Amino acid sequence: MTVFLDLASRVLVKNGLITAFTLVGIVIFLSYFLSGRLTKGRLHGSAVAISIGLLLGYIGGVITGGEKGIADIPLFAGIGLLGGSMLRDLAIVSTAFGAGLTELRKAGLAGILSLFLGVIISFVVGALIAFFFGYTDPVAITTIGAGAVTYIVGPVTGTALGASSEIIALSIAAGLVKSILVMLITPLVAKRIGLNNPQSAVIYGGMMGTTSGVAAGLGAVDPKLVPYGAMPATFYTGLGCLVAPSLFFLIVRGLVG
Amino acid sequence: MIVYGVALLSGCMLAGLILGEALGALIGVEANVGGIGISMILLILLSERFKRKLNLESASGKGIAFWSAMYIPVVVAMAAQQNILAAFTSGAVAIVAGSGAVILSFIMVPLLCKLNKTD
Repeated sequence: MTVFLDLASRVLVKNGLITAFTLVGIVIFLSYFLSGRLTKGRLHGSAVAISIGLLLGYIGGVITGGEKGIADIPLFAGIGLLGGSMLRDLAIVSTAFGAGLTELRKAGLAGILSLFLGVIISFVVGALIAFFFGYTDPVAITTIGAGAVTYIVGPVTGTALGASSEIIALSIAAGLVKSILVMLITPLVAKRIGLNNPQSAVIYGGMMGTTSGVAAGLGAVDPKLVPYGAMPATFYTGLGCLVAPSLFFLIVRGLVG
Repeated sequence: MIVYGVALLSGCMLAGLILGEALGALIGVEANVGGIGISMILLILLSERFKRKLNLESASGKGIAFWSAMYIPVVVAMAAQQNILAAFTSGAVAIVAGSGAVILSFIMVPLLCKLNKTD
C-alpha cells in the first residue's frame, strides 16, 4: 500500500499542473454543491470556491511555514502555476473578449476619478493607522500607507525610501489583508453597493485596485463584470508606485517630520 | 482554428505587458503600469475589427472563450496560494490598516456611482 501511495504521489508531483486542474475541479464541484445545499444558492458557488481556496492557502501556510499557501506543499505545487500571475493575467485578458468599449467609455471619467481617489483613500487610511499605532518616522508611515494601497506598492515604496525589512513586511501584510478582504467581502456586499452593471464595476475596480482582490471579487459576483473592474485595477498599482514614494512621502514628511 | 484565438489572446497579453513595462520605465516606476489593461483594450479592438472571424461561434473565438471560462478555476488556484498566514499574523497595524482601507473604499463605491449618474 505504501509503495502504491509512493508511486501515485510521484505521478501527481511530476504532473503538477494536471493535479492542479483535478484538485480545483473537485473544489469547485464541492463548492457548488455546498452553495446549493447550505445557502440555497444565495452565496454563489464561485464565492464559496474562492473562500475554500483561501482556507487551503491558510492551511498550506500553517503546514509549511512558506509564503505560497497550498502551493508550497510539493503535491500541490501545480496550483502555483495554475493560479500564478501568468495564467491569471491570461484569464483576465480573455474576459475582455466580448466586452463593450462603449460601456467602458460611459464610465471613463468616473473610472479615472475612482482610480485616483482609491489610491489616495487607501494610502491615507493606512498612514493614519500607522500614526495612531505610534509610528512617527515618515518613512515607516509612508511605507505602511503604501502597503494599504496594494502589497506591491508597499515594498516598492519601502525599498525606495530605505525602510527596514520589518516595516516592509508589515506593508506587504497590510496589502494582503486588503486583497483577501476584497475577495471575501465583495460577493456579500455587491447588491448593497449596486455592483451589478459595467459602470459600477469600473468604479469598484478603480476604488479597490488590488488586481487579485478585484479579479476574485467580481468573478464571484458576475464574471461578465470582470473586464470592466480589472481594467482600471491594472493601473492602480502603477499609479501607487508612482505617487507613494514621491508626492505622498513629501506630504507625510511635511506633516510629521 | 482554435489555436489562432489562443495565439491572438497571448499576443495581446505580451504586447500589453511590454507596453506596460515601457510605460513604467518611462515614468520611472518599478512596476508594470496598466499592461494587462492595455492588453484588454487591444483584444477588444481586434475582436470588434474582425467581428466576422472572431466571435463566440467561430473556432478562433472558442480558443479565447475557453480561457475566459477557466477564469474562476484560475482565481480559485490564485486564492489557494495567497500568503494568508502572513497577512493575519504580522501585526495588528497591518490588519487594521488593510481592513480600514477596504471598508472606506467599499463605502465610496456607491457614492461615486451616484456621481457618475448625475453627470
